[in-house]
Amino acid sequence: MKEFVQILADALSVGSLYALTALGIGLIFGVMRLINFAHGELITFSAYTLLALFGLPLPVMLTGALAVGIALALATERAAFRPLRNADPTTLLISSFAVSFFLQKLLVLLVGSRLKGLNFLPELGRKVELSGVRLQLLQIVTVAVSIVLLVGLTWFLRATRLGLQMRGAAEDFRMARVLGVRANRVIATAFALSGILAAAVSCLIVIQTGVVQPRMGLQLVIIAFVGTVIGGLGSLPGAALGGFLVGVGSILLQALLPPDIRAFREAFVFIGVALVLLFRPQGLIPAAGLRERI
Amino acid sequence: MAPAEATWRRLWPLFALLGIVVAIALIASFTPAVLQRRTTQGLINLIAVVGLYVFVGNSGVLSFGNVAFMAIGAYVSALLTMKPAAKSVFLPDLPTIVAHAEWSTFAGALAGGFIAALTGLVVGWPLMRLSGVSASIATFAILVVAYVVFGNWTAVTGGQNSLMGLPAYVDVWTALGWAIAAIVVAFVYQETRSALLLRASREDQAAAQAAGVNIVLHRLVAFVISAFVSGVAGVLLGHFLGIVRVESFYLDLTFLIVAMLIIGGRGSLTGAVAGAVVIAVLTELLRQIEVGLQLGHTMIVVPAGLGDVILALVMLLIILFRPNGIAGGRELAWPFGRRSA
Repeated sequence: MKEFVQILADALSVGSLYALTALGIGLIFGVMRLINFAHGELITFSAYTLLALFGLPLPVMLTGALAVGIALALATERAAFRPLRNADPTTLLISSFAVSFFLQKLLVLLVGSRLKGLNFLPELGRKVELSGVRLQLLQIVTVAVSIVLLVGLTWFLRATRLGLQMRGAAEDFRMARVLGVRANRVIATAFALSGILAAAVSCLIVIQTGVVQPRMGLQLVIIAFVGTVIGGLGSLPGAALGGFLVGVGSILLQALLPPDIRAFREAFVFIGVALVLLFRPQGLIPAAGLRERI
Repeated sequence: MAPAEATWRRLWPLFALLGIVVAIALIASFTPAVLQRRTTQGLINLIAVVGLYVFVGNSGVLSFGNVAFMAIGAYVSALLTMKPAAKSVFLPDLPTIVAHAEWSTFAGALAGGFIAALTGLVVGWPLMRLSGVSASIATFAILVVAYVVFGNWTAVTGGQNSLMGLPAYVDVWTALGWAIAAIVVAFVYQETRSALLLRASREDQAAAQAAGVNIVLHRLVAFVISAFVSGVAGVLLGHFLGIVRVESFYLDLTFLIVAMLIIGGRGSLTGAVAGAVVIAVLTELLRQIEVGLQLGHTMIVVPAGLGDVILALVMLLIILFRPNGIAGGRELAWPFGRRSA
């Protein structure tokens, strides 16, 4: 029983990390039909900011990571995605792929490709006793941060004017513009939000793994992409659910598979994904605005 | 006379591209061994780009999964052509049939391509039903699955250890032969009815569907042919390096091959070939500068790794300012006067 709760805590915290990542990708896809590979580099650059600011007070480090995440998100939007706003989704996809590799290779050029250790907030690795079950403090923090961000994002989308405009833009961008929604502002806001989500994921992942390396973001994002696809591209609840399921699935497989095939767990997750898509090609929660009208 | 000229016009891009590739190999054969090896590698990349083009160019769906087919080709051919003695040392747990196999290199290459194509058929079946961008992301999943499986299936692939001791038979002429074959396959395929229907769906999915085009079927055909050519490219890469490492068939190679196709122009075979050639030349120049370039009295040296940054930047600039690449989605034009009719 205790072991089961332990696995469940693992699954929940990893699932939340993927849900946050998938949500950042889903936000951007919603407003501009862009699958943003460069979301991974937002995570990576935030993590390297933590490394650069290491030793300074905690609020400075967190603010720095957040600022870099947001600034980089806005900069990539301005430089690489705004000029292509009317291009087809495949062109946008290629552009984000190029941006992602440009940033990643730039980082390798500047700081090298080796792993770097970063002992960020080691106190969170401690175990705490919660009604008889020993849990890692970090797992509780991860789930709590994810819930706060999810609730905050939902509040923003439901209760603010800009949030309403963003939902409108996700449903029908052209119509939203006709009704007076400022495209640049809505898209920039979406990118800033994805920067915040990326910075949060970055801090949590650095605490968990204790290392940074230039490819860390891309690895997360590839898995999260698959989450957004099975959740239903363009649907935010779908992205969160899909990301969460992929994370939970990989942890459960890790725990339940016999040891000699455990290393293949990602392969099983992806095969599961292919099966889901076979029966629901539009994803688990299809987006309203994207339903094909053919 | 007129029909003959029309045929020649139609076949012109094929012969022009073959001429360019043969010329490159001929020139390279007079250069020092180092440059010959670079040319061989460049030709292998060209085959990989042509393989990617067969699917991406005709369907309009970007694939990140073709490097997985390269890996399949490389491993299959390596296991079939390695000496049984070597296999019993490196891979003692290999199934008996594979452990005793000692195929000729040509048979191994065909088997590599065939198994890659078969895999393409099996995974393409569900994935080709997805619409454009979702399908692209799903092809990324193929890459990850292949990486995980090859990296951990220790009994057959050696896992994280490299697979060594495969015959390193690939030189400029072998690569040239396969490059010619790849270009011919890609050209003949794109002249077929199936490819024409697929390109119609690329231009306007709704119209093609309304006209009765079975998009899923034609995409699958393109995907399987593409997987075969990519598989052969992987076979050649493995036997060129003489070593198969799972790391060399992952993100970096995917980036290189995709960048070549995008820079050259994903809409035409000319674009695929142009991208591979231009980037090979550019990479070689940058490599020279990274070592140090004597210019008058000053020595220009740039830090290692700059080449990758520049490649990514060029790709970004191309997609921003010339989204159809160098070739602009067109094949080489007939140079001998305008159409007489």
